[in-house]
Amino acid sequence: MDNSNQVISEDARKEIEALFHHLPHKQAACIDALKIVQKYNRWVSDEALVELAPILEMKTHEIDSVATFYNIIFRKPVGRHVIFLCNSVSCWVMGYEAIHKAVKDHLNIDFGMTTPDDRFTFLPIPCLGTCDHAPALLVDEDLYRDLKPEQISEILAKYE
Amino acid sequence: MAKIYVDNIEYEVPDGKNMLEACTSLGLDLPYFCWHPKMHSVGACRQCAVMSYRDENDTRGRITMACMLDANDGTRISINAQPAKDFRAGNIESLMINHPHDCAVCDEGGECHLQDMTVMSGHNYRRYRFQKRTHNNQDLGPFINHEMNRCIQCYRCVRFYNDYAGGGDFGVFASSGRVYFGRSEEGTLESEFSGNLVEVCPTGVFTDKTLHKHYTRKWDLTSAPSICQGCSVGCNILTSERYGKLRRVMTRFNGDVNGYFLCDRGRFGYEYVNDEQRLTRAAQKDQNSGTDAFSAMKDHLASNPKLIGIGSPRASLESNFLLKQLVGADNFYNGVSAIENEVVNEVLNVLVKGNVRTPSLAEIETYDTVFVLGEDVTNTSPMIALALRQAAKNLPKEKAFALKIQHWNDAAIREVVQDEKGPFYLATPYATKLEEIATSSVHGNTKSLVQLSSKVADLISKGGDHQEDNDFAYRVANALTLSKKPLIVSGCGMMSKEIIRCAANIAGALRNAGKEVGVVFSVPEVNSLGMALLGSAGSLDDAILQTEKESGMTSIVLETDLFFRTNSQKANSFFEHSGKTILIDSLENNSTPNADFILPAGTFAESSGTMINNEGRAQRFYQVFKPNNDIKSSWAWLDMLMHQAEKERNFDAIVEEMANSVNAFQPISGLAPHADFRIGTQKIPRASHRFSGRTSMNADVNVHEPKPPVDEDSPLSFTMEGYHGKAPSSDIPFFWSPGWNSVQSINKYQIEVGGPLHGGNPGIRLIEPSESGVSSFEVNDGSADNGKIEALPSWFIFGSGELTAKSQAIMKRIEPAIISVSSATLKNSGIEGNGKITINSGEQKLTLPYKVDENVPAGVVLIPYGLADTMGITFPIYGNISMD
Ligand code: SF4
Ligand code: SF4
Ligand code: FES
Ligand code: FES
Repeated sequence: MDNSNQVISEDARKEIEALFHHLPHKQAACIDALKIVQKYNRWVSDEALVELAPILEMKTHEIDSVATFYNIIFRKPVGRHVIFLCNSVSCWVMGYEAIHKAVKDHLNIDFGMTTPDDRFTFLPIPCLGTCDHAPALLVDEDLYRDLKPEQISEILAKYE
Repeated sequence: MAKIYVDNIEYEVPDGKNMLEACTSLGLDLPYFCWHPKMHSVGACRQCAVMSYRDENDTRGRITMACMLDANDGTRISINAQPAKDFRAGNIESLMINHPHDCAVCDEGGECHLQDMTVMSGHNYRRYRFQKRTHNNQDLGPFINHEMNRCIQCYRCVRFYNDYAGGGDFGVFASSGRVYFGRSEEGTLESEFSGNLVEVCPTGVFTDKTLHKHYTRKWDLTSAPSICQGCSVGCNILTSERYGKLRRVMTRFNGDVNGYFLCDRGRFGYEYVNDEQRLTRAAQKDQNSGTDAFSAMKDHLASNPKLIGIGSPRASLESNFLLKQLVGADNFYNGVSAIENEVVNEVLNVLVKGNVRTPSLAEIETYDTVFVLGEDVTNTSPMIALALRQAAKNLPKEKAFALKIQHWNDAAIREVVQDEKGPFYLATPYATKLEEIATSSVHGNTKSLVQLSSKVADLISKGGDHQEDNDFAYRVANALTLSKKPLIVSGCGMMSKEIIRCAANIAGALRNAGKEVGVVFSVPEVNSLGMALLGSAGSLDDAILQTEKESGMTSIVLETDLFFRTNSQKANSFFEHSGKTILIDSLENNSTPNADFILPAGTFAESSGTMINNEGRAQRFYQVFKPNNDIKSSWAWLDMLMHQAEKERNFDAIVEEMANSVNAFQPISGLAPHADFRIGTQKIPRASHRFSGRTSMNADVNVHEPKPPVDEDSPLSFTMEGYHGKAPSSDIPFFWSPGWNSVQSINKYQIEVGGPLHGGNPGIRLIEPSESGVSSFEVNDGSADNGKIEALPSWFIFGSGELTAKSQAIMKRIEPAIISVSSATLKNSGIEGNGKITINSGEQKLTLPYKVDENVPAGVVLIPYGLADTMGITFPIYGNISMD
């Protein structure tokens, strides 16, 4: 079989199939499979869903339902790093708006956008579970708390 | 019964209901969105909120969703308590936040459940001032329009499309404010039942694209109770007209037949009524038209020529009956092939002589184990397939009921059931769509299916436990023997009398074993069984032979295109050997150029009559408008011809004559109220009380308002004048109730929601089995294959129906005519490469492109039934195949 046009690599497929051993139905691996695809491809394209369907024995729209339900499964291409800024109530009260502005001014992009150099994608997220240290944001897997606007450029400088 | 209290008034309600159902059945108005009488409760929309109280001393109460609350003895709620009212007003306000302010341009407007519920909930001022969330819409094909911004996230559409109807190409995406209902990619909705989204969706997200082409608001439509003529199931429909055009078809609830739903052939296959090919003038070849032509016909008949009549399974009972009277029983033929006539007569034979009852469409849903023999029901009788999909859930659901989950608790039941289905077995000549839900299936040619089913019947008769065996026949026999309520489904799709008998024998064996068994047969057309009950001197083949023997007879051809029913050689021979030919039909076809006289027949939109469905149920349909040309019901033309009259007799007189002269039809005289029926002194209006433009709608022709047409044949009037309360159940022209403008107003017409209509569901069953009936019919399994290739028909919901295939939206869904064959069969016949193949039996010969389908059994080829390139073929064909 010619696999050259496949968007799910052989490695990713193997990793997904390895999940099946622990699960009663292949469908139960859906979320993890999406995470694996995202790990390899950075995002989950339409083509990836179509390829995933027979692997998970699900219909494309069923996988897409799951994929679009969760906001950290990306259905559009994202930059090398993703900034999640909490815009929920505690952060809002504690100065989210100033942080939002600081990121916006620093990167010249707003929510839902990616920098032209493909370095950052900027997204809102509701409550990072760290309300006692609001306002907070997440870059990839790193959490930053008790933020002040002036810290932003320093934080972002760490990510290439 | 349970005693419940609503706003401190005591009511008695049946056990096992939820409070929303109970209140709605009591006639109380409580708004709702996500609950559906057929799909039950999920508690998703929060609109049916009420205050519930522990007991009479509880003064605080708490907000509860009525659709998720058991109507048990002592349940106490308030609909009117202020906190409940406030909750509902607030809830709808938030549901409406992103809803556009576009009622004026929305096709749902005027019959919108969302409008009704908004008014009912008291949300009358929109305070949300910010930007609304907007969605992209999808092109979902020729039937359904998509306008996602109007969605209120009730989830009814996915629950119907996927959970109820088994669709696989529709879903819900994203979360919170962005939830989206549609396909993962733009494209045609594949389910045969997609049109029901129009009625299931309480808003204007899914609307009827065919209506949109000639849009009219519900209140401006003139509507009538009718019967779908798309197949033998006879679903109840409402037809609607304005300006002399049929505008749309909607479901007419009948709790014994189709309930709340229709298939897409039935809903969208009406457009041929408005086609340019309609015959509209009485005509004489190369001469007169109109009255002169008709006089010439009568003059011709007055000269007492010898007559031969060709009746039709797509014409009403009344029309066929009068033709039979006119030409005489010995000269009246059924206008279908000899084999079709024989197979349909066999269905009647086993239903009348056998000891097994055939259930109604609604009852099909109640069986627990299903065996389908030979029939592709999804394509021949789609609504039977929908009912079978429900039957397949019955045993798995028992698990949920054992956990004390309520019958209405849909989400919980689905959680328990998951994907479990069955037992559900299929033995068919090719892979059908129901295989998605089958426990197991096999494919075979006629001979092998006859052998297989004979073995099943045999194993059941022998009784006892059969050893667990991988053999398909054993497994089917075991499942049927273990079942409480098994159902055998078959039909005329394979054009085999033996298959019909085999199905009857399996059912008979189960009956002998004491099972509450049912047997269902699909027959080819809307009135096929009616024709069999009426009886004829033979088939079209016999008629052709007769004309060849005795040429020069005047033939009267009723709603039959001979070129659709038989090959052109035979059809031409008929016309050559006939003397004068009088053709009564609705659409121009290959037969019309051969006629000497033409009489334009009304379709179901312009004529009234009775049809007998596959269950043997007589059902009445009414014309929705009087066309302003020569078109009349076929029976009216025949009556005038027979009596040399200027005007036909009243419809009731003809029904009476028929009921008196054909024993089986006696009950039909009581099928519906007679034409002189009045409520008080009033007729039942086909138009709503809000009908607009009455005085000016024809001003382009004449500024004086014309006298409205009079309906002498029914208690219905063509205008808005009349009694606007509830009509008798057989004569409901549209559903409407104050405050309930949408289809949900059906609630108000039922004894209890989801239950029968007030006065009982319409229709009368003409066939019941007798206890002393036969349980076994002789089967001759030596079908004539002797090493030849067997060509069987494959059936298509869009395309195989003669008239519906001439509807524009349906035409967009018709597949090209291609023969399907397996590679083994090709190899055996020495065929390689691409191109066309020819099947030749000596008598019949056909050349078409082919495709390889490994699901087709060896030695079988499938030919699409009834398409433009394949019409007139008589199945099965035994012959050989060769490369063209
Ligand atoms: S599209 Fe219609 S049926 Fe589906 S969730 Fe929205 S409002 Fe309900
Ligand atoms: S199942 Fe048959 S009768 Fe019912 S709607 Fe479809 S075509 Fe019409
Ligand atoms: S609201 Fe921002 S972390 Fe909870
Ligand atoms: S109808 Fe009860 S919650 Fe929707």
